[in-house]
Amino acid sequence: MAKIPIPIPALVDRFGPHLNTEPPGGWTTAGEPDRVVKTHCCFCGQQCGIQLKVKDNQVIGFEPWEDFPFNRGKLCPKGVKRYLQGAHPDRLMDPLERVDGEGFVPTTWDNALDRTASEIRRIQQQYGPDAFAMLSGASLTNEKAYLMGKFARVAVRSANIDYNGRLCMVSAAAASKKIFGVDRAANPWEDILHAKVILVAGANVAECAPITTHYLWEARERGAKIIVLDPRMTPVGRTADLYIPVRSGGDIGIFNGMLQVMIERGWIDRAFISGHTTGWEKVEETVRRYTPEFAAKIAGVPAEMIIKAAEMWGPAATSFLLHARGIEHHSKGVDNCMAAIQLVLATGRIGRAGCGYAMITGQGNGQGGREQGQKADQLPGARDIENPEHRAHIARVWGVEEPSIPRKGLSNYEIIHAIHEGKIKGLLSICCNPMISLPDSAYVRAALEKLEFYAVVDFFLSESARHADIVLPGSLMEEDEGTTTNVEGRVIHHKKAVDPPGNARVDWQIICDLARRLGSDKFEYRSPREIFDELRRASQGGVADYFGITWERIDREYGVSWPCPAPDHPGTPRLYQNGRFFHADGKAHFHPIEWRPAAEEPDAEYPIVLTTGRVVSHFLSGNQTRRIAGLMKQEPEPFCEIHPRLAGTLGVAEGDFVKVESRRGAVTVKARVVKTIRPDTVFIPYHWPSDRAANRCTIGALDPISKIPEYKICAVRVMKTARPVDALAMLSPAAGGVE
Amino acid sequence: MNGLGFFLDYSRCIGCQACVQACEECDTHRGRSMIHLETIQRQDSVQTAPQICMHCEDPICAQVCPADAIKKTPDGVVQSSLKPRCIGCSNCVLSCPFGVPKYYAEIDQMMKCDMCYDRTSVGKKPMCATVCPSQALAFTTLEEMQRSRQGHAIQDWTFGQENVRTKVYLWVPEETVRFQIDLVQIQGPSRIQEDRNDVAALLED
Repeated sequence: MAKIPIPIPALVDRFGPHLNTEPPGGWTTAGEPDRVVKTHCCFCGQQCGIQLKVKDNQVIGFEPWEDFPFNRGKLCPKGVKRYLQGAHPDRLMDPLERVDGEGFVPTTWDNALDRTASEIRRIQQQYGPDAFAMLSGASLTNEKAYLMGKFARVAVRSANIDYNGRLCMVSAAAASKKIFGVDRAANPWEDILHAKVILVAGANVAECAPITTHYLWEARERGAKIIVLDPRMTPVGRTADLYIPVRSGGDIGIFNGMLQVMIERGWIDRAFISGHTTGWEKVEETVRRYTPEFAAKIAGVPAEMIIKAAEMWGPAATSFLLHARGIEHHSKGVDNCMAAIQLVLATGRIGRAGCGYAMITGQGNGQGGREQGQKADQLPGARDIENPEHRAHIARVWGVEEPSIPRKGLSNYEIIHAIHEGKIKGLLSICCNPMISLPDSAYVRAALEKLEFYAVVDFFLSESARHADIVLPGSLMEEDEGTTTNVEGRVIHHKKAVDPPGNARVDWQIICDLARRLGSDKFEYRSPREIFDELRRASQGGVADYFGITWERIDREYGVSWPCPAPDHPGTPRLYQNGRFFHADGKAHFHPIEWRPAAEEPDAEYPIVLTTGRVVSHFLSGNQTRRIAGLMKQEPEPFCEIHPRLAGTLGVAEGDFVKVESRRGAVTVKARVVKTIRPDTVFIPYHWPSDRAANRCTIGALDPISKIPEYKICAVRVMKTARPVDALAMLSPAAGGVE
Repeated sequence: MNGLGFFLDYSRCIGCQACVQACEECDTHRGRSMIHLETIQRQDSVQTAPQICMHCEDPICAQVCPADAIKKTPDGVVQSSLKPRCIGCSNCVLSCPFGVPKYYAEIDQMMKCDMCYDRTSVGKKPMCATVCPSQALAFTTLEEMQRSRQGHAIQDWTFGQENVRTKVYLWVPEETVRFQIDLVQIQGPSRIQEDRNDVAALLED
């Protein structure tokens, strides 16, 4: 029974989102902190160093941490205001139980955990072990990500656990693994500074990875040329040496077109290719057809832009590729990434200073979160769950029989499908908010409503948690200790600043308690450090080897980059320095890539492309940032960016409400008429709920390899409409209303 | 300030407002941000520009203050109004060519950016320049700027026919020697180069 128990406005009234406007005690009474804790931001994959000021077990403010090398004190607005999640009026401080018609009522931990454990077992006994699924997240520490994977396989004994990195990093990960045999950014960010040309493909760096901007600008001061691919002219695109307004899904046209020109002009490192790679001949044969004119039709831009990009990239002495969700969120996301990375490989410019590439991880632990075994197809150490040797190693570390470890399970969105099909009847989620973040919200909501039992671990009552039967109040990042792995593959240490408030508990203890109730004796940890030490052993000998990394080393060395197989190993900030790659043959593998259309291209009925993304002041589903006044003031509600040429044909003016409608659903938001977007495309940021949720429109089409949803292109129609006046529109913007 | 200067490079700004959010967290004026982030003309461009107090050598805000409430420190920092003296007349608000001082009715006082005097006087950088992700706001030495960036620093502005010299440096391309500001008509025609910023025009090439 996972329908919301009372109407949304009543839930909003009790659980928010409300806005926290001031630090504990107000602006004027902060006083001197008791202590200052050097830790990291909880939000994006850059994991900036920050100092939190603590007084009376509350975080009362922040101070930049200028010694931490990645960001040297720099922060984006989210980092500045993140501390206001603490001492928040919406904070969940007791376990909650759903009571139909009444809402959520506080209950005891014993009752909440007992009921969750008994429902897990009931569902598994009635429908089979895999009928209970788990969704976890890449904003969890490495310790918690590891724990979730082990919990699913050892305590619950279900194959079906996956994580929200499935919506984020999996296309980049799969591409990297196919080409290099490993899934990690190839270089530390320091290397960006030494590149003479930088290709930024589908990454709105200024808004989604703001600190990286400084690296780009510093490279430019040293003479780097910057190429930006984006359907929208982003702040970095504005002053780029070459801005290419590629149509969404047309990226392979640019990449293959560039490669074709580079082959024609002899800007290929054939010695490197023959010595260190396989599969080039097929790539060369494939891209021969991608003349600039042919490629330009795919990319939707003038052919001269592709030639110019090739002229900048091809002959450069050093180069760096940065890519992100813009090319990854596609039903051909893996192919997009591979086509981009092959521009790096074909020039042999990898594995040395100023030469390489990186995917810009989205979530806080976007890197580590995908290595510790909470992915449907992986075991810790980025091991393959279907590989007998990998299974045997993990079985030894866990102290279980190898056959007892379930096989590969369903990916995130496939779990939603399986709920609809009646194959999955129960769900436990932590660190994710599928109602906002998964495509086709109506379909997702219908799935949650079909569940017989749904338990959620969260610190706020997210839009998804409203559907829960049991809500377990967990912990903020600053209320627990652990590690994450940043965008560079650098493992860093989050320090505990305060205790969880009220009866809220740290997440790892909640999971361990639940495991005990399920009858497992393999979760007897006394601290997250013990989990980390087990994780080190589990990862030992794997691709993502953390064995040599200790919390002490992290503190001493400002982080340690994996692979780090031994305590005296220095870590590996830059991969492939010896020209060897991670495949068994030591080579990098080329793959011929052909462009194919998106699952849903515009047509006569739905003639406009919708693309979605982020704004700088909000993070992912907004469950955290929509509760912070300063961030809401900066961007209170979503909007539809539309070019004046398209707006003119639709009779839409700046500030008008527009209905943006796909075959799956519609949103009503205000129009923002701007010349900085392609006239065939509209853009809506996705951080808001209900009728303001961009994902009501998006399509649940998945990449066949990575299973990432196609957030970046679907077909819509747009029409001017009246200001909405329904009950949801009357809510505050944080809750999905309109101003 | 030990040879440290404040440098403003509008071309680097990405409009993220980290400066605005962080300024609000500063101890001497918590809850009030003293920095403004201007969105130039969003319909045409994503360009934005942060505006801190430029700390004029001969500050017009102080000249027009009838209560002599605005003081400059020996090292050239123009401070917020002195509470006992400020009469809330807003002459300074109206006269500042950069639009920096703001009058706060609830405390009946003008407050403005003082280059984080509480921080800079104890060897820290101003808050905005510390957090700024793009380093459009930078607090460092002139030598370091010259070593690490293309372009050069200027301190001279002309507003109509009025010359202003500021303590804060503007970092500009070599060919720019002073900043000339003329009147534009509000809501008038855009002065932004159409072709560079209109994506539709780029696609027609």
